[in-house]
Amino acid sequence: MRPGFAGVTGVMAVMPLANVNTDAIIPSAWLRTARADFGKGLFGSQRYGADGRERPEFVLNRAPFRHAKILLADENFGCGSSREAAVWALAQFGIRCVLAPSFADIFYENAFRNGLLVAKIDAASYLALAAAVDRHGQDPIFIVDLPAGTVTGPDGARFPFAVPAARAAALIRGDDEIDMTLHHAGDIEAYHAAAAATHPWLYAGTDTAEIAP
Amino acid sequence: MPGDRLSAAAEPTTAFDKIWNAHLVKTLDDGRDLVFVDRHILQETTSAPAFDGLERSRRRVRHPELTVATQDHIVSTEPGRDERSNPVGRELLDLMRSNSDAHRIRIFGVDDPRQGIVHVIGPELGLALPGCLLACGDSHTSTVGGLGALGIGVGTSEVEHVLATQTLALTRPRNMRVRFEGTVGPGVTAKDLILRAIGQLGIAAGQGCAVEYAGDAIRALPVEARLTLCNMSIELGARLGLVAPDETTIEYVRGREFAPAGRDFEQAAAEWRSLTSDAAARFERDFVVDCAAISPQVTWGTSPQDVAGVDECVPDPAGFGDAKRRDLAAAAIRYMGLEPGMKIEGIPIDVAFIGSCTNSRLADLEAAATIVRGRRVAGHVRALVVPGSTSVRHAAEALGLDRIFRDAGFEWRDAGCSMCVSVNEDVVPSGARCIATTNRNFENRQGPGSRTHLASPAMVAAAAIAGRITDLRKGSGT
Ligand code: SF4
Repeated sequence: MRPGFAGVTGVMAVMPLANVNTDAIIPSAWLRTARADFGKGLFGSQRYGADGRERPEFVLNRAPFRHAKILLADENFGCGSSREAAVWALAQFGIRCVLAPSFADIFYENAFRNGLLVAKIDAASYLALAAAVDRHGQDPIFIVDLPAGTVTGPDGARFPFAVPAARAAALIRGDDEIDMTLHHAGDIEAYHAAAAATHPWLYAGTDTAEIAP
Repeated sequence: MPGDRLSAAAEPTTAFDKIWNAHLVKTLDDGRDLVFVDRHILQETTSAPAFDGLERSRRRVRHPELTVATQDHIVSTEPGRDERSNPVGRELLDLMRSNSDAHRIRIFGVDDPRQGIVHVIGPELGLALPGCLLACGDSHTSTVGGLGALGIGVGTSEVEHVLATQTLALTRPRNMRVRFEGTVGPGVTAKDLILRAIGQLGIAAGQGCAVEYAGDAIRALPVEARLTLCNMSIELGARLGLVAPDETTIEYVRGREFAPAGRDFEQAAAEWRSLTSDAAARFERDFVVDCAAISPQVTWGTSPQDVAGVDECVPDPAGFGDAKRRDLAAAAIRYMGLEPGMKIEGIPIDVAFIGSCTNSRLADLEAAATIVRGRRVAGHVRALVVPGSTSVRHAAEALGLDRIFRDAGFEWRDAGCSMCVSVNEDVVPSGARCIATTNRNFENRQGPGSRTHLASPAMVAAAAIAGRITDLRKGSGT
């Protein structure tokens, strides 16, 4: 089980780009060890210069966005690869929720698996939220309320977002996906036994008895 | 895959639906499908945290016999390399081995002749079979769709989920079809077909979909080319892609190490022949790509949809109707150091890379060698060939291809992902321009500041010789 998650209140940063890909979210330089500081690597290629120093113009290097908990981006966020470190990087940086008009499929799945809320907003809300961050640049505090399915800006304007109900419920409860699936272990074994009986060739040659422990 | 589920479906169904239904354990309360994973292939950069998770929760690997590991992403490709050659990769390579040993998982490590890029060895060893469902912690698992398998690329949490349960809980993909119609011109390969489709339909066209590639042009492709095609389904935004199995597929699979043999094979083949889309099957999205209009493709930008024929020009961003696309195209052209309106043919290159799960199989190397034979790589160009697997390397060496490449000035390296992902020592220098047979031309993909043009193996070979992007149809390639 992971802790349940019902929402977040905090600074919203804007990446006003479509098709932000996973290589941009976490460049491969941060993928070479088992336990890298992915939060530090978040948007590494844009965040740091060639000398490794922070580039002051990049949004996450500026106050108050250094402490962003919510990220607003344009459509097809997280496209590119299955690298889950993209989600870990966002989470370890402190982002709890990404709002965008659409997300790439694998990124979307990975986010929920790691307790990161990814919520779809319509194109008009995207523009309005980006404008609200601009207007409240010193204090862009937004409230994401998962049970209500809304995000509320500093001036009280409220926008709906979409999260599949079952996904929202699982996040709120803090479900562990593997535990959930293992509740169906009987069905899985029944499936496998039936498949092995009707399709013996599918599992022939996979015996690993010869592999030393 | 119990067969009764197949016959129960009276509705006309797609090849994808037939295979998916045969793997359905049950539909979950949240509407997702729990599907059984017939084969799970592991690689070193996405599995270590999954094993950690498994150990933390004291779970075991449910079906080690259906799981196979290799080492491909972070391995050195230095000729004669071993597990220690790339010091940066040691930790992950060691973990792949120790985790496999601890859980009795078969591993084809750098010292094994069966080692190679996950998506290359799957089909090559007969681990991926038509109609099977295969998972792997790398997005281009869709490659095995070339055999008529469902290849599902997953992240590390799902790797752990498969290890622990041998299933995936997924939203059922929707059916999409791309039909390639008309005659394919000379010099046009599967790589060009798929790049053109991505350029025409866009990188989000396949979102949430399983894409079936159909049409006479596809039927005519050998399996290796179908693997290339399905590989880039991910760049089309799809979850997976496939070509329904046929006799070409069946002959490809026959005799492979882990494929069924003898009577088993005939029984399997009979079933594989049934995995085609019914004539009346419905596709939610259905597109046609005109093959006759396709010339060899080269990307000019930083997204796979930024692509044009080699006989075309870098577009003027002003020509894009959509404002966002306009901005992205302008930024891409700037990053790439190009100018709108510039001819693609003639763009000078610094590096030429032939490799990756998209284009590193024997047929790819043969196509490139045909161009290279008896010529020299341009003086200022670093050119590399990295076979997709150790067995591809051995087969190519048996044909003398390594000599052709080396005599021309190419580096002939050991198998791995290499400059596709550049997590090992194979990096394109900042500002340098690389023409590559890979699948991604993102900013910084091949190293910080690197610039990537995607193209087919023959086009990359021709560019290496000429020192600039060139239209191989013009004969000399120089
Ligand atoms: S060659 Fe590239 S795309 Fe293919 S498996 Fe390796 S890193 Fe992934």
